[in-house]
Amino acid sequence: MTAVTAGELGGLKPARRGSIQKSRRQALFWSYVFLVIFAIFFLTPPIYMLVTSLKSSGEISAVTNPWWVYQPTLENYVELLTQNQFLVFFRNSVVVSVTVVAITMLISVPAAFALSRMKFWGSATLATGVFLTYLIPETLLFIPLFKIFAFLRDVTGIEFINHWWILIILYPTLSVPFCTWIMIGYFASIPKELDEAALIDGAGYIQMLTKIFIPVALPGIIAATIFAFTVSWANFLYPLAFTTSADQLVLPVGIVTTLIKGDVYNWGQIMAGSLLCAAPPLIVYAFLMDYYIAGLTAGATKG
Amino acid sequence: MAEVALRRVVKMFEKTPAVRGIDLEIADKEFIVLVGPSGCGKSTTLRMIAGLEETTAGEIWIGGDLVNDVPPKDRDIAMVFQNYALYPHMTVFENMSFGLRLKRFPKSEIKARVEAAARILDITDLLDRRPKQLSGGQRQRVAMGRAIVRNPKVFLFDEPLSNLDAKLRVQMRTEIKKVHQKVMTTTVYVTHDQVEAMTLADRVVVMNQGRIDQIGTPHELYHAPKTKFVAGFIGSPAMNFVPATLEANAAALSVRLPNGIAFRVPEDRTERYRPFVGRPVLFGLRPEHITEPRGMLHPDQQVFDVALDVVEPMGMETMVYFVMDGAEVCGRVDPSSAREVGEKMRLVADLRHMHLIDPETEEVL
Repeated sequence: MTAVTAGELGGLKPARRGSIQKSRRQALFWSYVFLVIFAIFFLTPPIYMLVTSLKSSGEISAVTNPWWVYQPTLENYVELLTQNQFLVFFRNSVVVSVTVVAITMLISVPAAFALSRMKFWGSATLATGVFLTYLIPETLLFIPLFKIFAFLRDVTGIEFINHWWILIILYPTLSVPFCTWIMIGYFASIPKELDEAALIDGAGYIQMLTKIFIPVALPGIIAATIFAFTVSWANFLYPLAFTTSADQLVLPVGIVTTLIKGDVYNWGQIMAGSLLCAAPPLIVYAFLMDYYIAGLTAGATKG
Repeated sequence: MAEVALRRVVKMFEKTPAVRGIDLEIADKEFIVLVGPSGCGKSTTLRMIAGLEETTAGEIWIGGDLVNDVPPKDRDIAMVFQNYALYPHMTVFENMSFGLRLKRFPKSEIKARVEAAARILDITDLLDRRPKQLSGGQRQRVAMGRAIVRNPKVFLFDEPLSNLDAKLRVQMRTEIKKVHQKVMTTTVYVTHDQVEAMTLADRVVVMNQGRIDQIGTPHELYHAPKTKFVAGFIGSPAMNFVPATLEANAAALSVRLPNGIAFRVPEDRTERYRPFVGRPVLFGLRPEHITEPRGMLHPDQQVFDVALDVVEPMGMETMVYFVMDGAEVCGRVDPSSAREVGEKMRLVADLRHMHLIDPETEEVL
């Protein structure tokens, strides 16, 4: 009887494993098919930008294969970095983005901690309110904001419009609600016992936040940082509406307004500028991703 | 070192009562276990002692001080949580020393205290590791170490062994007992496991629906339960309860089951039970007091025959289940004497250990 059972098992086992492998192969095949499709879809524009940025104006307008560079040149990059106001835009963008990220984190992290951990009257409503704020599109906001700044100018005498630093006031209206919301979610995933243990160990709320929550929620904070940086680096509508002088512009608007003159498009420089504009977020992502260690909470409680 | 006192402590969550006015005096160095089913209020009671929950009414005293309005950090207590609650980004040393560092103890003293605690718990080799590199048992030791280094007035344990596997649980139970014998700190320990409660406690507090049903030594709770709940909760398998009537025949009393079997009440209890003659009662007897006949029968042991419904061999003994008037009854017999399912078996009820319970008040008579 033992021999029969062993024989049956011997016959069964490879068949079952085979079927698992087959379905796994199929799943992998389709995963790769869709990954390749999406990779092509999303990488085509930057590759086209790179190809075009390496062409001279003549080659761009010539009827040749648009996906190939016959006479590669760096003249677009050189011109952009030497003659144009590109470096001013770049500096404005860096200052605005770094400041906005700092302001956002300084507000979002304590706000999220308070909303997720310090239960007070109305905290749940307030948390939902924070998220609802994010749902209002900026296209609806910029006209009322414009009115507010005009009113503030009348009251205080300070001109807010057409200064790059106004973006430091404006961008947090977009980044703070969303970052607070994702931090609330992240803090909520930290076991309650961890703060209770800290409370009993003698920590106050500030120490609990700085010594326990921020280190434990670092992956979430990094995700929020990336978001805040992206919002402030790539936003187009607010700088377009609130800044006009060339020396007050940030990159996204600066490239478009100075390199498109009437109906003349300086495609080579636009593409070179756009690529250079996309570089800092890529560097930030690459740098922060190394520190984005998921599962940092592993081991805190029962694993 | 301190005594702990709870006076008429009440806790309401919104309008739901969790703890309904309990009084408890815990002596210095005593090991008290709060035990009861889920939702009985034992964890809430512990959390109120810790200061993690506010009391709705009543007073909590630790070491002679009223601590109702004292925050957890100033109560000089240490707590071990069910899921360890170790700080994941800190090493074992940093975890254990966190409280001392916050209180700005000198570095040399922190080191000495942590190393002493690590020696007690045998985790000296783990001090540089992070929690995720530790097994469940090691994590629980670190959590205990974090409590010990603070040298608090009171240790609070909130179901600390529930996440461990059965073997490790038994091992850690012994460890906790050893640690208590070494440090002799007043300890309040919450568990739903009555075996843990019986093995660890100096005194056990059985809680039920937000009230204390009984406080006593493990021996008292086992042999002299005051309520049906305590009688049924302490002991595994649980005590059997069969509806019966108390009858008087001349000087003797007997418990008559509806199926006709009458168990004689031991003589020394007749006076105690006499006021309840003629009234319906619940007849309670633990499985270990229903066995196969062993040698000469004592006058208060009585044989009866049953047909077995379920037979569960456990190795050193066999559980036999049978139905008496609709109630399932369990007996513990020697494996060699156990019969097959459906067969008749002669069993002995040791009535010296019987209990009678008033079905209305559920109090043991």
